[in-house]
Amino acid sequence: MLSVDLAARKAGLRPGTPVAKAQAFHPDLTIMEADPQGDREGLEKLALWLQRRIAPIVAADPPDGIVLDTSGADHLHGGEPAMLAAMVQRLRDTGITVKAVVADTLGAAHALARYGRARMLVVPPGGVVAAIADLPVAALRLPEGIVDGLHALGVSRIGALAAMPRAPLALRFGPEVACRLDQAFGRVAEAIVPVRPVEPVEVCRNFAEPIGAAETIARMIGTLVPPLCQMLEERGQGGRCFDLLLHRVDDRAEAIRVATAQPVRDARRLIRLLCEKIETIDPGFGIERMVLTASQAERVGARQALSLLGEAEEPDLSGLIDILSNRVGMRALYRVAPVESDIPERSFCRVPALAPDDARDWPDHWPRPTRLLPRPEPVQAMAELPDQPPVFFIWRGVRRKVKCADGPERVFGEWWKGDAELTTARDYFRVEDTSGERFWIYRAGDGEHGETGSQGWFLHGIFG
Amino acid sequence: MPAPEPRSALEVLREQISRLEGGAGRRRAVLPFGLEEIDSRLPGGGLTLGALHEVAGGGCDAQHAAAAGQFSAGIAARTRGRILWIVSRQDVFAPALMQVGLSGRRVIYVEAGSEVDVLACFEEGLRHGGLGAVVAEVARLSMTASRRLQLAAETSGALGIAIRRWRHPTGAADFGQPTASVTRWRVSVLPSVALPVPGVGRPRWRLELIRARAGDEAVFDVEACDGEGRLAQSARVANRLALPAILADGQGQEEAGRRRARA
Repeated sequence: MLSVDLAARKAGLRPGTPVAKAQAFHPDLTIMEADPQGDREGLEKLALWLQRRIAPIVAADPPDGIVLDTSGADHLHGGEPAMLAAMVQRLRDTGITVKAVVADTLGAAHALARYGRARMLVVPPGGVVAAIADLPVAALRLPEGIVDGLHALGVSRIGALAAMPRAPLALRFGPEVACRLDQAFGRVAEAIVPVRPVEPVEVCRNFAEPIGAAETIARMIGTLVPPLCQMLEERGQGGRCFDLLLHRVDDRAEAIRVATAQPVRDARRLIRLLCEKIETIDPGFGIERMVLTASQAERVGARQALSLLGEAEEPDLSGLIDILSNRVGMRALYRVAPVESDIPERSFCRVPALAPDDARDWPDHWPRPTRLLPRPEPVQAMAELPDQPPVFFIWRGVRRKVKCADGPERVFGEWWKGDAELTTARDYFRVEDTSGERFWIYRAGDGEHGETGSQGWFLHGIFG
Repeated sequence: MPAPEPRSALEVLREQISRLEGGAGRRRAVLPFGLEEIDSRLPGGGLTLGALHEVAGGGCDAQHAAAAGQFSAGIAARTRGRILWIVSRQDVFAPALMQVGLSGRRVIYVEAGSEVDVLACFEEGLRHGGLGAVVAEVARLSMTASRRLQLAAETSGALGIAIRRWRHPTGAADFGQPTASVTRWRVSVLPSVALPVPGVGRPRWRLELIRARAGDEAVFDVEACDGEGRLAQSARVANRLALPAILADGQGQEEAGRRRARA
């Protein structure tokens, strides 16, 4: 186990206990896989948040720390203690357990935050030497080998280590011990490499006179989009989702959102997509500010568009897909892919229109109706049991005499989906009535056993 | 200097008409049905690509458009590239389209909420030009709307098929209204030819070519699309192949004659 929460700690579990052993003690233990990558990303995010809130120079210190250079920033928050208290409170409110220390040097703060007793501590200027003298040498960010070596020498506290002569130490352990000591005491400077916020790709424009006409808005969209596409191109990205915010003079904002099937940075296409939605906004008394953001961007590589050799490429449909999906919605645009199921209404699923092809297809040995009713409609029918097609049936008030029929095609319930389908079966028939119309009807049940279904007849599809 | 040969009045007229129709000098590509009987009746020898065609079901099928859908799928299957299939309410069963050669991989469905959206998507699809065919199920198709669609199809060369489908049988009267489409078909189901064993034979359709620009009306009895979307000559008609072609579909011919006489 790498980490345990407070409840687990109370129950006597410690990091380093084997999982099997812990489970033997507490069978109902909740165990989660370690996700170091996710932790690091989370730390970066938190660092960015702190950068916006507290101080400009912030760095993530993996695996479990964040370093802030608060010089010159504390007075904005009402002094160091107040700043620390507010920060810790905010983090606690979001469910993060924190230990926070302010000290003159990074080394000292690092050591006190991890090995000190206090949850929150402000070391007064110049008090570093005294503050860390009592901490174990492991607090100095030294490699494990050196810490073990120092323990072997009988040196366990930083104070004792600092009092030792430097030369023999350097001879035995290399320059690292002295360097870390100096960093902790502030005799050597230590740089922080701060995190840099990723600027959103955004273009905005203010108007001296508010605009309102659709044509003007369209023209302004035409001036906003090319710089945005230029920015995307410089980053080697394409946008999947664009938001256009229109701030009105009465302090309300209207928004246009367009999403694309593939990353786009083609200005003409984007202008067209945005302009199609102009009619959905209400400009009110006028719009004084327009902000266009690529709210979701993805990496796009360069692609060779034209090849003189080789066969003609498939035409690019993504432009059309975008236009259509922005009109009718992403979900209303799809292809139908096969699903391995014999039950007709479950034999297909919707996939995105530009999803990669797979080689599967439906089995081809039984005729299938062109139109499948959304839900089977009950019909009255008369048929010879157990497996003859009906002689006639009445559907939507019309009585149809069956001239000829194919079947039965028996479809069993999918017992692995639930108990209700354990015994059910359907017998499908393709029937043709005297006028030549062809239908797909089935009996719920096998015509012999009551548990297989209600033995009622249903019409499920119409053949062409 | 010898005077230029005087052109016949008929040639001059033809030229004028083709100029009026806008297809000046361009021979449009066609998609033949592969049935001599039908292709010979269509100007150009097949369904014109880059044009709008209308298909409706006859009788009960005006509501369900099952035969009309299958007929359109058969045509779409024989084009190249992806197909856009626009509906307002989805009830197409994709495995059936596969059985006329239109694989699920090729068809992109658009479920537009309203008739207006269906027409807008239809026009957008036709205008794109990268699609093999665009099929849309519409109820009402005004002259203006159909002209827009026809122009969009002309500029891109895509094949547009409007399946006319009415939610209520009385709506089918709308099919009499003129539109700008190049051909207009009605597909009705016919009883299949009885098999020597119990079972349903290959479906048969009556195809009525109600309107064809620069062509005549005609009626054909055919067997429904096979696995590659091709129609076949109906067995009964095939039996009469020995007769001159003009008698083989004599009924339609007579009817057309009568109508012309009335006009």
